[in-house]
Amino acid sequence: MSATTPLRNPSPATAAAKRGTTLEQKHARYGWVFLAPFAIVFLVFLVLPLAYAFWMSLHTNTLAAGEQFAGLANYVTAFNDQRFLSGMGRVAAFAVVFVPLQIGLALIFALILDDVRSRLSRFSRLLIFAPYAIPGVIGALMWGFLYSPSFGPLVTFFEFLQMQAPDMLSRDSIFWSLTNIVTWQWTGYYMIIIYASLQSIDPSIYEAARIDGASKLQTALQVKVPIVASSLVLVVVFSLIGTLQFFTEPQVLAPLAGNAIDAAYTPNLYAYNLAFSYQQFNYASAISFALGLLVFLASIIFLIATRKQSGLR
Amino acid sequence: MTKRKALLAAGMTTALAVTLIGCTGGNGGGGGAGASKTNCTNEIKVQDVPVVTYWGWFEDTAQTVDNFNESHDDVQICWTNAGQGADAYTKLSTSLQSKSGAPDIVQIEYDWLNSFLIQGGLVNMAEHGIEEYKDSFTEGAWRDVSSGDGVYAVPVDLGPVGMWYRADLFEEHGIPVPTTWEEYAAAGEQLSEATGGETLIGNFAPNGAGQHYALLDQAGAVPFEFDNGNPTEIGINHDDEASKKVYEYWIDLVDRGLVGTDQAWTSEFNTALGGGRYATAIYPVWYNIHIPAFEGAEEGAEWRAAPIPQWDGSEPKQVNWGGSTLAVTAQAEDPALATKVAAELYEPQENKELGVEVGGLFLAYPEMIESDYFQDRPYEFYGGQQINKEVFGPAALAYEGVTFSPFSQYYYDESQRLLSEAIAGNMSATEAADELQVSLETYATDQGFTLK
Repeated sequence: MSATTPLRNPSPATAAAKRGTTLEQKHARYGWVFLAPFAIVFLVFLVLPLAYAFWMSLHTNTLAAGEQFAGLANYVTAFNDQRFLSGMGRVAAFAVVFVPLQIGLALIFALILDDVRSRLSRFSRLLIFAPYAIPGVIGALMWGFLYSPSFGPLVTFFEFLQMQAPDMLSRDSIFWSLTNIVTWQWTGYYMIIIYASLQSIDPSIYEAARIDGASKLQTALQVKVPIVASSLVLVVVFSLIGTLQFFTEPQVLAPLAGNAIDAAYTPNLYAYNLAFSYQQFNYASAISFALGLLVFLASIIFLIATRKQSGLR
Repeated sequence: MTKRKALLAAGMTTALAVTLIGCTGGNGGGGGAGASKTNCTNEIKVQDVPVVTYWGWFEDTAQTVDNFNESHDDVQICWTNAGQGADAYTKLSTSLQSKSGAPDIVQIEYDWLNSFLIQGGLVNMAEHGIEEYKDSFTEGAWRDVSSGDGVYAVPVDLGPVGMWYRADLFEEHGIPVPTTWEEYAAAGEQLSEATGGETLIGNFAPNGAGQHYALLDQAGAVPFEFDNGNPTEIGINHDDEASKKVYEYWIDLVDRGLVGTDQAWTSEFNTALGGGRYATAIYPVWYNIHIPAFEGAEEGAEWRAAPIPQWDGSEPKQVNWGGSTLAVTAQAEDPALATKVAAELYEPQENKELGVEVGGLFLAYPEMIESDYFQDRPYEFYGGQQINKEVFGPAALAYEGVTFSPFSQYYYDESQRLLSEAIAGNMSATEAADELQVSLETYATDQGFTLK
């Protein structure tokens, strides 16, 4: 509630205001000056393009008939577009798998690393975090090589066992291949956030728990987890947003797994292809906003559902 | 507090979701640089004369452009490599959409011309005197750059299709080199039997769009009817007998395990072809520079070229896949000058030879195709075979030309999606053809076309 309480006593300020420029106003002016570099970049590169994209989404521009105002027609089309909806369904399925998997692993790693203190644990921490430091495109390319059915190491390994290697880029397995890449890439990042929050807990709480007879596992589950709940909510939101906007990995793997990943595999990929392959910039804008709206709703619902855990209320 | 934070989080989310459009839209126009007259890859030799900007990716371009600039004191070319194929097209589309940043002349493959035409992106060169150059080019190439009464590009090279094959494998198993599709399928069966399925006759790539188009053309299909003189009308024929014949033939070979289904342009396919998994590749003349470059190539592999197998051996039909043109964009400052430059870039013999030797081009000039220089050229890797004389020269001269889709990317993506379904066994070849027809018709109607 502090944000709504005025920080200053209003009476001297109103009195001063009568005298013209006050210190407050001067400060406010400097504030704007300092804010300007960011504000300009923010306006020019985010707000304006957003507004323009929104304007575009309200128009149609067909190859044969030119540009016309269409109102919400693009959005009606989008929410009836089987390819958009099946892409949405697919990322929802990804979210159901990714989010618990990533956060679960991240939490387990963070709890273990928080408890075990040795040189090995520091090394492990670095090792788990390292994939996040690899740019997404490079990571996906690398996995594309590892998955390769004709010269990836997987094939060599299975050949050694005299077995047929699974085709990681086929229609049936691509879902899990992508899940694997994303989990590999992001678990370390989420782990660091949870770990940092664990590190900030006052150790005397653990001592109290121990005196009360709690085992290590009980301390972890009943003391540590509830305390870091707000970080968990944060990483779940990150993970949820990231998953619904899934783009890089399918885009990079598409040329290798063209049988399995089509132009509308995820909504973001669909928007990209609509705009830059099919020149349907207007409809692509509508798809982007429709996706944005759904991501917004998903985040809001999640935040409301977890408002107790996150400490927001 | 809660609301504000939640709103902020959600707001940021929305922002993130749309950044894609915002960002990429913002830095379009040729990767930020656009087509500038001062920022060329090459050096301008003569100052204070008109400069024509050019995006191209031919291997020989650096030298060809230098030659052109040295021999002209009234006009200069400012060349930029804006990426190859799809990369360059994305930039071109974006600059056409944003109405600035496109070059005067741009390299475009034949099958993409109509896609840019329909965006109003290309100049009708017939209005700037291109007709006088018509006789320098093969008939098929000229038809490919024409639409209705207009001419929208100057042909540069062609991709007459043949069959690259492993002479050693055919010899080893005593199988004759097929000349018809019937023989091709039979040879596939023999080869599979002889090698226990280790070696297949070929590959049917779901993403082999350009190849499929050539195969459809060969079977007598006319997948698209489009005339820029009447650009809102379109004919789409993918569910006709000829198209289905082609799809059924290949899906049948797939079902019988006689051909592979590797994606084209992947290391998977290249390694498989190099390593002896496939005995033939139905590819154009320009594939000759790719075959020797495969990693881990099998020792003793002897590659040769033969004419493409026919449906009816008594009435052979030659087809084309690939090759590029030079088009003048609607943003050209002086379209007449740009047309002239595009038409004359490969006119001097010296530049033609650069194209052949450095660029590996199969030029669309009959004079060149028929010349002794070109016909007698031996290709070392292919046992010194004179592939131009034996296979590709006659194929290029016999090629009649086709009409391409005005929405190539969508067509290729849908074709790949549905052929993948057919390969996976989720639908038959006929069903895939029918569904492709429906999908293309729906798309065309949505785009404001009327169907013929």
